[in-house]
Amino acid sequence: MEEIFPLVLSNVGFAPEGVALLENINLRIDRGERTVILGDNGAGKSLLMRLMHGMIQPTSGSIEWAGSRERPAAQSLVFQHPVMLRRSALANVAYGLALAGVPRSERMDRANAALSWVGLEHLAARPARMLSGGERQRVALARAWALEPRLLFLDEPTASLDPAATREVERIVSAIHKAGTSIVMNTHNLGQARRLAEEIIFLHRGRIAERTSADLFFRQPQSAAAESFLKGELP
Amino acid sequence: MDTLSAALDLVASGDAKLVSIVLLSLTVSLSAVIVAALFALPLGALLAVGRFPGRSILTVIINGFMGLPAVVVGLMVYLLLSRAGPLGPFGLLFTPTAMVFAQAILVAPLLAALTRQTVDDAWREYQEQLASLGAGAAQATATLLWDTRFSLFTVLLAGFGRAIAEVGAVMIVGGNIDGVTRVMTTTIALETSKGDLPLALALGLILVTLVLSLNALAFATRAWAQRKFG
Repeated sequence: MEEIFPLVLSNVGFAPEGVALLENINLRIDRGERTVILGDNGAGKSLLMRLMHGMIQPTSGSIEWAGSRERPAAQSLVFQHPVMLRRSALANVAYGLALAGVPRSERMDRANAALSWVGLEHLAARPARMLSGGERQRVALARAWALEPRLLFLDEPTASLDPAATREVERIVSAIHKAGTSIVMNTHNLGQARRLAEEIIFLHRGRIAERTSADLFFRQPQSAAAESFLKGELP
Repeated sequence: MDTLSAALDLVASGDAKLVSIVLLSLTVSLSAVIVAALFALPLGALLAVGRFPGRSILTVIINGFMGLPAVVVGLMVYLLLSRAGPLGPFGLLFTPTAMVFAQAILVAPLLAALTRQTVDDAWREYQEQLASLGAGAAQATATLLWDTRFSLFTVLLAGFGRAIAEVGAVMIVGGNIDGVTRVMTTTIALETSKGDLPLALALGLILVTLVLSLNALAFATRAWAQRKFG
């Protein structure tokens, strides 16, 4: 399997039509990491993730995977509101595999395995858009996981879910990490960051204010912006 | 009242002439919608998904052509197919093929414009997800067309409704020849002016019933798809 780590962002900026939304981002993501990006709404978390994922191109700086600017296939992104196609849950997972060029004969087995893995094998035949929010998010995790990513991006995956569904998603994310996939996740939920993060990247007004181990971040944030974020956040 | 009961008798008795007129109408308009859809659906999807120069102008033109007067389409096709016209040597004027051709041109802008709108709405929702999964433009277009299949079916029904109800285009290029190119609308126009009201009214009843049924079918399809697939 091709090597994709480290993912290195050097002086990355994103300024469409001259408005700087992200500036001077220097960042390195390694194998096995479990990193949470924290920040206020509008700090640029989702944008940074889309840049890393390769959906949009930076207007300055460079993004390299293991020294190459080529966007690797072995990384996927799960959105806050994943789009479910008008077909069964199983077919939604198989669709991702088809786009990735997996031969038809393997697709169904792999899709079934991924659905079982998120505990949804009993809903495989159900139309995906009729599932609950939590179930849809698990189908999205299965769709991403079936692609065997080495790095999984999650953009506020539980922001619209109830506590039970959130717990389930967090359990799956931890299991994916345990299976050897690096995790980079956006959230503005501090409890979730505490439960899942080993590393915290704190984003403030389009810049990285600090990058600290989760342990240290919650005891003693290194930047004034993070300190006021931690104080201001509801428990 | 006599006219109405005579008309109902005609419908109930399955009058051979009546039946052949109705069948020709259905055949011509159904063929026209199929022919138009082959071009209009991909074009509508391309206008929604593609990014190319002239896209906005083309969209405006197609939206405008939704209201194209049927007689004008008939006239254009007449000029194309008439003996001196560019397609004259094929000898298609005053044949059902000419009527299919004219109705296809009439409904194509309607199909393309409604397809563009439908696919565009879906594209806004799907764009990021499909890009993230690595779909190219062609794959994205195919996915969008398939995922909006129920809406597109009602688009086709709308096209069929417009085709079967128009009179100007088929009158001009078909010529309303008895037993050859006479369809429901042209027969109604002719028989009314001749004073044979029962036949005209019988066809009118069938036409209205047909158009209402199409709308009911479109409505039911949407409701069913919404319940089944969300």
